[in-house]
Amino acid sequence: MTDATMTTTRGPAPSGGRRSSRRPGPWHAALWIAPAAIAIVFVFAYAIYQLVVQSFKYKGAWTGWDNFRIVLTDPLFLTALKHNMELLLCVPVLIAIALLLAIVLSETIRGHTFFRGVLFFPYILPVTVVGVVLGQLLTLNGPVNTALNGVGLGKLAADWLGDPNIALWTMGAVIVWKEVGFGIVLFLARILSLPTETYEAAALDGAGFWRKHWSITLPQMTGVIAFYAVTEAIVMVSWVFNYVYIMTNGQGGPGDSTVVTELYIYRMAFQNQQIELAAAAAVILFLITLLLVVIFFRLQRKSLLAVVGE
Amino acid sequence: MAKVTSPMGRVGSFSRYVLLVACTLGALLPGYIMLTGAFKTQSEFLSSPWSLPANPTFKAFGESWSAGLPSWFVNTILVTAGAVVGVMVLSALAGWGFAYWQFKGRETLLGIIVSLMVVPPVVLLIPLFQFGAQLGWISTFRILILIYIGLMLPFSIYLLANFFSAIPHSLLEAAQIDGASTGAIFRRIVLPLSGPPIATLAVVNILWAWNELLLALVFLQDPEKHTLMVGIAGFRGRYSLDIPTVMAGLTLVTLPLVIAYLVGQRFFIQGLTAGGIKGE
Repeated sequence: MTDATMTTTRGPAPSGGRRSSRRPGPWHAALWIAPAAIAIVFVFAYAIYQLVVQSFKYKGAWTGWDNFRIVLTDPLFLTALKHNMELLLCVPVLIAIALLLAIVLSETIRGHTFFRGVLFFPYILPVTVVGVVLGQLLTLNGPVNTALNGVGLGKLAADWLGDPNIALWTMGAVIVWKEVGFGIVLFLARILSLPTETYEAAALDGAGFWRKHWSITLPQMTGVIAFYAVTEAIVMVSWVFNYVYIMTNGQGGPGDSTVVTELYIYRMAFQNQQIELAAAAAVILFLITLLLVVIFFRLQRKSLLAVVGE
Repeated sequence: MAKVTSPMGRVGSFSRYVLLVACTLGALLPGYIMLTGAFKTQSEFLSSPWSLPANPTFKAFGESWSAGLPSWFVNTILVTAGAVVGVMVLSALAGWGFAYWQFKGRETLLGIIVSLMVVPPVVLLIPLFQFGAQLGWISTFRILILIYIGLMLPFSIYLLANFFSAIPHSLLEAAQIDGASTGAIFRRIVLPLSGPPIATLAVVNILWAWNELLLALVFLQDPEKHTLMVGIAGFRGRYSLDIPTVMAGLTLVTLPLVIAYLVGQRFFIQGLTAGGIKGE
């Protein structure tokens, strides 16, 4: 990648004996891309290949679909999967809150940057910190219940993370608290890029807040909403390990009430030493994630690919 | 957006501020509990968690500092620095390869790389752990750095390839006519023009590596190699009867992030939403 191509467009055949191209041939691109490609092949291609091979084996011997049969009939795995699906209900909540706040922010002139900065802040925090602090806030004798009792709403106080009936929803609320800032900033950027003429016309026609945004703002935001929905759906299905691990000390408790697929895989592999079953579960999780991405591409009229290629 | 001055409009703007202030409090309250809790005693934290500390004490900070924070900080800095420097170099080279040449299969290859962004780390964990174990690299930083680089590459290449593609062709052609090599064009024209996107990308990657828990937990089993996230993950169990120490430790861990965010908020917001806004 260091050879100088001393070719000029004006001169005849270059002295180096090379064809008179204005730049080195496309195979040069390979030299630039190769180092990164090697790392990507190792971390992704090699790992996924090994994972798939392993999911069909037991102690080195080929066993066909046995591992998948065992995992898919394991009540704990199905419970874990069900919990991930239930967490998907957080996605519409995230979209609704983020949309409302983004719209309100877009109409706020004073303090606009300050509010945006504060509302985005939870998104940059490590889940570890969020999990420990909010976990502490939500204990039975923790600050949240103290506050509820203090303002006479003691009836609403609950054992947020200790009651198996609500622990998963508490987890969901914590995830919403952390992830919503991402949506707000994403939506706000889109709203601020919309042309203002239609809004001015709508204001002249006396359109109110809801009418204006329902008919003008929302229809122009389907793309970015779809992007956020899929991103967050992927979070709910395959990136919630940290929350559960931190807030339940790696147990997914109380009982099995907050076990999610990632935790199942982690415990299968590193606590039960059932590597092959963990691999099968990981393959299933991978396929579900892929499915979500495919749905996204279907939803998007313009595929991400087209954007990359300009 | 038209500014309305009717009474309706004023009521509207009042309720908007109420909503925003309420949400701001909601976003900041956990931080308030953490910060004030760090200066309290255990009994004060339990009896009045919401009040300001009556007699602020630094005891909890000393306690958590001696629990291992300094070495966790050093380990996190080493891993983060190694991984981020690595990924910045590799992704800049690859991004330029994708941006400068229109070779066959370019879009497909970029598309594949972009879609790798969504692969959950837990899927890759098992085979990579076995690979590390075969080499005897468990509890070494190099295996973790290598994996972090791989995981951060797809987004990094995507971002830089996009930016490099947007550099005006006239600039590059002028340099070609002057006889500059591709390497020279990259060094003398492309890189100097790319300060902001490179800074933005660095911020995103530093944040990701700094905050990563799962892989660090699995690969760094030796307590001397623990990173901040692994260390504080075990904090609450160890100090369940001493919440102020936990809060002090968390405050110290969060402080660098808060400072970085206050200084370079723009880079955080641009970088973390880059995928979505470009994906529109």
